[in-house]
Amino acid sequence: MILERQPLIFELGKPGRKAVDLPKLDVPEVSNLIPEKYARTNKAALPELSQLELIRHYTQLSNRNFGVDTGFYPLGSCTMKYNPKINEDISRYEGLSLLHPLQDSATVQGALEILYKCEQALAEISGMKAVTMQPAAGAHGELTGLKLIRAYHRDRNDLARTKVIVPDSAHGTNPASAAVCGMQAVEIKSEADGSIDLEALKAVVGPDTAALMLTNPSTLGLFENKIEAIAKIVHDAGGLLYYDGANSNAIMGIVRPGDMGFDVVHLNLHKTFSTPHGGGGPGSGPVGVKEALVKFLPNPRVQFCDGLYSWVTSDKSIGKMQAFHGNFGIIVRAYAYILSMGGEGLRKSSEDAVLNANYCKKMLEEAYDSPFDRFCMHECVLTSKKQKQYGIHTLDIAKRLLDYGYHPPTIYFPMIVEEAIMIEPTESESKETLDGFIDAMKKIAVEAATDTELVHSAPHNTIVSRLDETLAARNPVVKWAAQ
Amino acid sequence: MTWSYLPHTAEDRAEMLAAIGVKDTMELYADVPDSIRLHRPLALGEPLSEREVAAYFKKLAAANANLQEYACFLGAGAYDHFIPSTVGHVLSRSEFYTAYTQYQPEISQGYLQALWEYQSMICEITGMPVSNASMYDGSTAMAEAALLSCHATRRNEIVVARSVHPNYRTVLGTYAKDFGFVVKEVGFTDGVTTLEALSQVVSKNTGAVIIQNPNFFGNLEDLSALIAKTHEVGALFTAVSDPIALGILEAPGKQGADIVVGEGQPLGLAISFGGPYLGFMAATAKLMRKLPGRIIGETVDKNGKRGFVLTLQAREQHIRRDKATSNICSNEALCALAATVYLSTVGKEGYAEVASQCLQKAHYAQQALAGHGIETVFKAPFFQEFVVKLSGNIAEINQELLKEGIIGGLDLGCYYPELAGNMLLCVTENRTKAQIDALVVGLGAKA
Repeated sequence: MILERQPLIFELGKPGRKAVDLPKLDVPEVSNLIPEKYARTNKAALPELSQLELIRHYTQLSNRNFGVDTGFYPLGSCTMKYNPKINEDISRYEGLSLLHPLQDSATVQGALEILYKCEQALAEISGMKAVTMQPAAGAHGELTGLKLIRAYHRDRNDLARTKVIVPDSAHGTNPASAAVCGMQAVEIKSEADGSIDLEALKAVVGPDTAALMLTNPSTLGLFENKIEAIAKIVHDAGGLLYYDGANSNAIMGIVRPGDMGFDVVHLNLHKTFSTPHGGGGPGSGPVGVKEALVKFLPNPRVQFCDGLYSWVTSDKSIGKMQAFHGNFGIIVRAYAYILSMGGEGLRKSSEDAVLNANYCKKMLEEAYDSPFDRFCMHECVLTSKKQKQYGIHTLDIAKRLLDYGYHPPTIYFPMIVEEAIMIEPTESESKETLDGFIDAMKKIAVEAATDTELVHSAPHNTIVSRLDETLAARNPVVKWAAQ
Repeated sequence: MTWSYLPHTAEDRAEMLAAIGVKDTMELYADVPDSIRLHRPLALGEPLSEREVAAYFKKLAAANANLQEYACFLGAGAYDHFIPSTVGHVLSRSEFYTAYTQYQPEISQGYLQALWEYQSMICEITGMPVSNASMYDGSTAMAEAALLSCHATRRNEIVVARSVHPNYRTVLGTYAKDFGFVVKEVGFTDGVTTLEALSQVVSKNTGAVIIQNPNFFGNLEDLSALIAKTHEVGALFTAVSDPIALGILEAPGKQGADIVVGEGQPLGLAISFGGPYLGFMAATAKLMRKLPGRIIGETVDKNGKRGFVLTLQAREQHIRRDKATSNICSNEALCALAATVYLSTVGKEGYAEVASQCLQKAHYAQQALAGHGIETVFKAPFFQEFVVKLSGNIAEINQELLKEGIIGGLDLGCYYPELAGNMLLCVTENRTKAQIDALVVGLGAKA
């Protein structure tokens, strides 16, 4: 049962209650260890509630949230596949979860083996020479990769290369990562189908080109079939190719970024390799590189020598991208997934992901506008163009889907497609689930024509209705204040 | 071959292919040129069953010395604190952990409210008016704070104390370098940053001043004085705080800090070989619209009912692209949830009690070691970490301690050449008197 209203945790409990019994201090207590001028003057006003009150509060909150385990979650570009339970269990083994990152390497041989072998597996899958596991997320991987590319050019004394070419269909993180790396993003217009306009690319490459960042399959879910020509243009101009791995769930075991001509790749373990998204993290964004960039990878890296794993550093390294060795707990889950699937299973996963997306596309292209007359990869892009005549927009369709019990697809992205609806079913979903979703989408298309207001005012069955986002931004209330 | 994670039967696949109008799935890959395809299976071995994969990781886990079996006196940025059972149970609710970012607020109210409560608690312990919904870890939160400070002040120098975690300073250097920002370090005297030393380094070019408190050596810095000096030159002050220590130390916001960041791992997160962790980041109201990362705001729905949404998104990469305040997208939401449950569980009294026990036990250990002739190197007041001078080789001493079931402290010589022969010890509330006494005996034998 979901309660109509759930108080804030600060509105629950009473002074004097507590949710855990801590052990008594077992050493003699000494006073005045902290000089008065450094000591806290007022205790932090944290909640005071019983353990049951606390558990009920968070259970109620969890009931107000939708995850992959709750229902179908076809959020395009996010690869909301099933998160296997055994991987959760494994990540909690004491021998893996209770390790200090600075322990002597002789005492963490098992952990180093996981890092080392997971790196090797990802190198094989992506067609790269070596991989760093440090980046904590996809965008963090992009930043790492661009820093590696800068280090590469700098090392060759090729200092003018500060421009990063990104197609206008790219994820927002691409240009943002270029900027955070102190480089200039140069946006080029895509062809109507989201592919690279070779003439536009030729016009911008030059001695200032550091890299081209590309997602392939593109953010429109289409494979860039001119990739070899693109790679040649960029390489001939002295630039490198960066692969945004957000969409690699389409291609495992079929085609590898390294073989397409990419020099640097990030992979999202929380997308392609089944680790849970956690409601927006923790993710993990390992970065793979070709031979020429290995020496620039963040310090330290794991090496295997004479039967022992140990840490090794490089003088040419870009430094460090986080304090320790990356999101180890996530890496453990991903490696467990890779071992469970094997090479054949990963390939089958990609094939099924592509099959499911094409099935959705085919079954929905009568009710909705389908702008691209090609097979898609792991996701398909539709639009609400046919519903526009009734005053119904993509947002309305997404909100109406909530009433049918589905998480909506990604909407209004990619930006180059007007009123985009981007559906990524993933390989985890059965035909029955897809048919149920397709059915709901078709019903909404009918409702849009016959009962416009029902769609326009959706959702109707959720715990809150559409929220006032303008109010939230104009008058930000971002924390609790005691009355 | 079949896999439990792939639901399609041969019949399903055949029906779907027929509906699409192709005979084989590979026809769907028509756009992939043959010249770049992988014409061999991935060399990843045969798939393992659930029992086999569990057995494989059990074996690897057993090859590690874990903190359940060993008493850990190693801190240095990752801490072995007690984790109440409530934390793991809430985190295991799959409505939370299998969700994505809260783009659809109507079906994400649970997480949005929890993250808003997180922001409120971070504001409360740091004494700041605004917190974001998390960063990757303490080090990247600190680096982002430095970039923010330089952008906000339009200055290009970052001043950081050498008493800040060495790995954090490396991350800062990695982040700052490509902007052309100059990082200047301030040395320490008797284990703390002095006003005189800071005064010599800051100038009208300084955009950011960064001090960790308790610092890397566990010592307490005089934040108020350092903040005053920072503001005198028009720079912004970032405090890198230990969120457990804030149970008994004055909130940096009350002392005038502009930004407070830190590592949230001590708040109920498994030590997990260094990650996933939680960067927290709070700031003054003036900096709110410049903060990186997600921020949750309170609002109402069309019926006037309270609800929560992602807000101030005009700062973020998916809207502003290359003009965004940061490129961060996925953050560490589940870790923020863990911290929220931790802080709610220990509560008002327990939060201060945990900090107090860390302080007491660390001082008990320091006194007991002094009783065995092991000298504490710095005289400054400290929280739960302190530096001792030992006569032997630190690595060898740690190997001896390991035989006694103890993971000893950090060999400081690896990070500070001038502190070779010194060990950084950490004593949290999770160490028992018996474990501390065993450490004292173990180290005493080496004195």
